[in-house]
Amino acid sequence: MTPSLFRPLTLLVAGISALGIFSSALAADWLQFRGPNGAGISADSKAPGPQVKVAWTADLPGRGLSSPIVVGDKVFVTCASGPEQQSLHVFCFDAKTGKTVWERVLRATGRTMTQSKTCVAAPTPCSDGKLVFAHYSSNDLFAFDLDGNLQWLRGLTYDYSNASNSLGMAQSLSVIDGTLVVQSENDSESFAAGIDTATGVNKWKIDRPKAANWTTALHVKAGGKQLVTLQSSKGILGIDPNTGKEVWNYADGASTIPSSTFNDGVIYAVSHGITALQPDGNSISQLWRNEKLNPGTASPLVIGGAIYAVNGAGVLIRASAKNGDEVWKLRLKGPFSGSPVAAGQYIYIAGERGDFQVVDTTTKEGSIVSTVELKETILCTPAISNGAVYVRSDGKLWKLE
Amino acid sequence: MKLRFLLPLILLGSASVLRADLSSSIEKLRAVDREGKGNAEATEAWKEIAKSDAATLTQILAGMNGANPLAENWLRTAAGVVAEKAVMGNGISIDSLVAFLQDTKNAAAPRVLAFDLIRQSKPEMSENLVMNLLADPSSELRRYPVTKLLEEGEAALSAGKKDVAGDTYQKALVAARDEDQIKSIAKKLRELGRTVDLPKHFGFLMNWQVIAPFTNVERKGFDEVFPPEKEINLKASYPGKGSDAKWAPFESKDDYGMIDFNKPFTMLKEVTGYAYTEFNSTEALDAEIRIGCKNGWKVWLNGELVFARDEYHRGMKLDQYKLPVRLKKGANKILVKCCQNEQTENWTVEWQFQMRICDATGTAIAEAK
Repeated sequence: MTPSLFRPLTLLVAGISALGIFSSALAADWLQFRGPNGAGISADSKAPGPQVKVAWTADLPGRGLSSPIVVGDKVFVTCASGPEQQSLHVFCFDAKTGKTVWERVLRATGRTMTQSKTCVAAPTPCSDGKLVFAHYSSNDLFAFDLDGNLQWLRGLTYDYSNASNSLGMAQSLSVIDGTLVVQSENDSESFAAGIDTATGVNKWKIDRPKAANWTTALHVKAGGKQLVTLQSSKGILGIDPNTGKEVWNYADGASTIPSSTFNDGVIYAVSHGITALQPDGNSISQLWRNEKLNPGTASPLVIGGAIYAVNGAGVLIRASAKNGDEVWKLRLKGPFSGSPVAAGQYIYIAGERGDFQVVDTTTKEGSIVSTVELKETILCTPAISNGAVYVRSDGKLWKLE
Repeated sequence: MKLRFLLPLILLGSASVLRADLSSSIEKLRAVDREGKGNAEATEAWKEIAKSDAATLTQILAGMNGANPLAENWLRTAAGVVAEKAVMGNGISIDSLVAFLQDTKNAAAPRVLAFDLIRQSKPEMSENLVMNLLADPSSELRRYPVTKLLEEGEAALSAGKKDVAGDTYQKALVAARDEDQIKSIAKKLRELGRTVDLPKHFGFLMNWQVIAPFTNVERKGFDEVFPPEKEINLKASYPGKGSDAKWAPFESKDDYGMIDFNKPFTMLKEVTGYAYTEFNSTEALDAEIRIGCKNGWKVWLNGELVFARDEYHRGMKLDQYKLPVRLKKGANKILVKCCQNEQTENWTVEWQFQMRICDATGTAIAEAK
């Protein structure tokens, strides 16, 4: 090869390698509740595997059940402290060491009353890779860059004075194409909004059913369209994330606690048990329904051709994603508030009593292959990134790998 | 030589320039308002403030005086970043923070932040300041000395000094404003045989005229205008749901001032009741009506609707809603609408509310005699 050709080729190879490393770094990110597209499945080639142990812990000063999120080598967690949980914390930890990189403390401008099991730092934050967005049951919403510089903030109950739920709110954030999707669904002043990630100003705001709701939006790509779905007791509404306008409406009711999941073109709706729905660009149709497949609090998960749901008795049920037929049941150590997440063939889930369990889905009837006793109440859904799992209690954040 | 004399002036001038620049940035943060207004300008202004040194801390804190809660959060985080850098560099001026804290003309929020910063950088100094906060305008700052008194009371009890313990708890109660602390103290005092008048301490409104039942079928009574919303005629009788609705006196005997419609009217469903009282204020003043209620409710003050909430059976707590109001001198007419819905679960039987009148610190406002 002549020298004149060698250099551009070297640069090209270096560029492709860098892109590969960059892509793999992005694949390791866990940017929202239940990770990539809210599906609960790690896209990272590096998986935690069946056996994990505590790599580090970090103390947290207040209550929270929001999931951690991971952006590159930074782990972000929210919590709320004080007798009324009025001090709202956003933490950034170093993923390698668990050391605090930065912490910001703000005050609730909305109401901090919740039922005793849940708490103010219940909604999971999200990130678009450049900014981190944190939301709380007090309806306070903050945007920071990854270095902790405040970009903007909103007090959504300060703005809309009846937008609150005395039981507490927990709908998590998601972000798509410069729009932050925020849900504040409650009995009184109930809405969803698309907020400009650059300025914190509403792009759109739509009324939602006046009923308490703790489910989180999904991002659904179908028929060449990118939609966001909003679930409520009335059903599931597919909207354009840029305008908030309705594209289709599945009006046969849905749950207000476990969120539906989207996998390979199908929405597995927590509706009358599980109802599989196929959206196309402008409408939605039903594929199957199994009324006996009933998630409890945890949201279901679809891995490959199977759907996994944890019922109210702490039993993990595997059913066919094609027709909903039950395949096997496995009793876990429950009860569960947090949802299962997966990497490869393994499901990771934390029980309320602190039992972090790893389930191998490929054995004949599923099996718990390891348990780590964290000895604290765990209500959160784990996050997976770069071969590790992150879980939190009120007092601690753990990295397990 | 000239430079030696000029240098302090240059530095002073630089400091003045820095302060002036910071003022403009602080004003941009103070200008933020509802629905994201002002956020775009605030982003860069925040970065400017966050870069500044610890000498600007009290200026940033002062910027929180009179700011709305959103602006307070912008300023609070900026102060936090500045303070963190200063602590790491050992540059925080504790004396200026103490002076800021001790000046009660400063608003509660920045004074609480000043105390937090003192606690973080010089915990021993904050310990020395704590007992000075017992009568502080900020209920949040009062928590610290009240906690200390609770500990002292416990120690006295353990030493068998019941009188000392009782006096200590009494002192704590006078100062306490938070429900959890008040409950603990009241329990201790009553165990020692001392009298505790919680309704007086909190400022609950205990004496009302109540009328029911009007309808609330399909929750429509919440918006329907029934006669008490048009006139207060305590001798009147109106057609109600299933029976005539007449006014009757109701005095709460509850420590937490619960006005319980179930008592005079029985456990009805899909009904609406009203409660009316007058509060005599010694002067015109700013106050808070604080209401706890797990039914649908509305509150009017002197004929003006203050707030309405159509949430049912999601929980109730003390000071659940804090409604800033302006009382007039003399009699203030307060009307409460309380709606019971159709739910039949055993946790939905309550048809009641509690209300107190206090200032922004939670201190009960005494009624004029």
